[in-house]
Amino acid sequence: MKHTISVLLQNKPGVLSRVTGLFSGRGFNIESLSVAQTLETGISCLTLVTSGDDAIVEQITKQLHKLIDVIKVTDMSETEYVEREMVLIRVKAEANTRAEVLRVIDIFRGKVVDVSSKSYAVEVTGTADKIRAVIDILRPIGIQEIIKTGLIAMSRAKKQ
Amino acid sequence: MKVTGAQALMKCIREQNVEVVFGFPGGAVIDIYDELLKNEDITHVLVRHEQAAVHAADAYARVKGEVGVALVTSGPGATNTVTGIASAYCDSIPIVVFTGQVPTPLIGNDAFQEVDIVGITRPCTKHNYLVKNPEDLIPTIREAFHVARTGRPGPVLVDLPKDVVAATMNFDEPKPIKMRTYRPTYEPHPGQIEKACKAILKAKKPVIYAGGGVIAANAHEELTELARNLGMPVTMTLMGLGGFPGTDPLSMGMLGMHGTYYSNMAVANSDLLIAVGARFDDRVTGRIDAFAPHAKIIHIDIDPTSISKNVDVDIPIVADCRHALYFINSWFKRKKDFDRDAVVASHQAWHESIKEWKREHPLGYIEETDVIKPQFVVQKLHELTKGDAIITTEVGQNQMWAAQFYHFNHPRAFMTSGGLGVMGYGFPAAIGAQMAARDRTVIDIAGDGSIQMNIQELATARQYKCPVKIAILNNGYLGMVRQWQELFYDKKYAHTGLETAPDFVKLAEAYGAVGLRATKPSEVEPVIKEALATDNIVIMDFVIAREEGVYPMVPAGKATTEMLLV
Ligand SMILES: Cc1ncc(C[n+]2csc(CCOP(=O)(O)OP(=O)(O)O)c2C)c(N)n1
Ligand SMILES: [Mg+2]
Repeated sequence: MKHTISVLLQNKPGVLSRVTGLFSGRGFNIESLSVAQTLETGISCLTLVTSGDDAIVEQITKQLHKLIDVIKVTDMSETEYVEREMVLIRVKAEANTRAEVLRVIDIFRGKVVDVSSKSYAVEVTGTADKIRAVIDILRPIGIQEIIKTGLIAMSRAKKQ
Repeated sequence: MKVTGAQALMKCIREQNVEVVFGFPGGAVIDIYDELLKNEDITHVLVRHEQAAVHAADAYARVKGEVGVALVTSGPGATNTVTGIASAYCDSIPIVVFTGQVPTPLIGNDAFQEVDIVGITRPCTKHNYLVKNPEDLIPTIREAFHVARTGRPGPVLVDLPKDVVAATMNFDEPKPIKMRTYRPTYEPHPGQIEKACKAILKAKKPVIYAGGGVIAANAHEELTELARNLGMPVTMTLMGLGGFPGTDPLSMGMLGMHGTYYSNMAVANSDLLIAVGARFDDRVTGRIDAFAPHAKIIHIDIDPTSISKNVDVDIPIVADCRHALYFINSWFKRKKDFDRDAVVASHQAWHESIKEWKREHPLGYIEETDVIKPQFVVQKLHELTKGDAIITTEVGQNQMWAAQFYHFNHPRAFMTSGGLGVMGYGFPAAIGAQMAARDRTVIDIAGDGSIQMNIQELATARQYKCPVKIAILNNGYLGMVRQWQELFYDKKYAHTGLETAPDFVKLAEAYGAVGLRATKPSEVEPVIKEALATDNIVIMDFVIAREEGVYPMVPAGKATTEMLLV
């Protein structure tokens, strides 16, 4: 099963390689990974998507927590959370398909961010499912390139 | 107060109760060595290979229960430490390794003797640091010692660029260290203690399975109290030997691949397994689904990642072993209706079964009159040192015979490279142990193969007047590998013969040590007696039965009940 794990860590040199080294050294999967600064200086948040049975995911979270630079590890899959991913897609857009591409992008609330005579580059943001769906729909038209950010996730605020 | 980086390093090392540093100089640490010369309260032991410095620091830490320190130069000095660091990591031994580094402006330029040692050792240290700014130096050194000794102990490496060491900085008195990201759990959860105690009361066939964590946490007294109070048999891992008195009637000795028949049978038939500071290593469990199949499992460990890693645990207790055992013992003391005699009596049938297994297959070997049996040598060493020596080992058959036949009654008396299994560990470790305990007898039980991996340390032992004794169980083979070839590879002894070997007696003499040889069983005792009476390093070359095997043996991947026996 897929798990989205959120890791709060001190932004020290080499910290990313401690995390990735842990995954490669112990044979765990990383399906996607994204990392950036948080509000607090010196503290970063890393979101990674991994897969494995419960025992493996338990080991992953414990091993991450054991890293000295790691402050907090949350398996988002155990909580209510929102997830987003952004994708940039360069899709063929010639006279006969331009309108079709624009319609699809509109439905997915995406944007065109680069235009040439033969293609559009479009940006779409959403859950992993939504990103998969837009890619599936654009594929028959002719996708030339895809760049994804990797998933990011945030717990939902507690309802009062 | 203003100090240089090198001065700060000396002061920080002294703060930690460390009196001995094992090291080897070079260009990148020359300023530190210059300072070391002025410091009379730190003894520097000049090893002859950096790997030895780390093994010596490892054993020093084990004997003293403090942090061991090694100091080496950049580049090759640093890379030579990797095996020692990896060994200390596997065995959870607190050491701090200081490596020199090229000056910060040169880092990343492929400078002379530059190597990314922080990158290289990331997976085999508990944590490591490259100090880039002088103002970070003192806090980093203090944090390094803190991380090494607390929680599950382990090696920490601090990489020191030459310009950082030469810079001046403010020296402040140490303050208690609080780290936001690192707070090991020492206190057990009371609910889990209660559950464990109730399970213990219910058990009819309990076994205590004690590992190196008992020794690391100084929990041997609490463990002994628990076992004796409730009359529960104890088996130990290689790392746990000495955590419970080996000659106590409740001791079943070691378990696992070369454990005793009765330990393995007891674990396989137990209804409750109390794992204390042990990690269910594959050499202990054998085929995992056949390990303690009928037992409820209590697991006490300070490292949450150890729990339910290999074997599902019923009652996990994340805590320092000593604290957890203390709370368990107190629970029984507080319990008003606790009928100790009834509990002990309820284990009677269990003790009978264990006795029966012991009768069927005691730990033993076939005695011979004309060739020396290695087990006999270890038994004699035990007898003639009254079980009171500090024993280090190399790796292979020698290590297993030492573990089986030297019955350790005290913790911190047995040093072996358990998790990594490093040939060449034992002799430098013996030097480290002797530096930590100048008046103890220290013996390296060695193989003829392993001893050659760090034999150069004879010079170190001489220089620092460490009268360690080396007992080579000389079978002319890389014996443990030969044993596997004998059993599983049709006796095809591929590259395990060591016919070309030095004359160990002459070799000892070349270094100013004493060499003695025994070729007949009758010579064993006189040789040991002479060695023990000699105030110098002695190599005892015991020419033993060449193809003697270590038994019992659980073939790799088999259930621990499928033992090959003598
Ligand atoms: C550095 C290293 N290299 C290789 C091995 C693999 N190995 C394990 S035991 C052994 C044989 C050791 O021979 P010796 O020291 O003579 O001990 P014996 O088994 O004969 O007692 C070898 C080669 C090892 N453990 N460590
Ligand atoms: Mg040998």
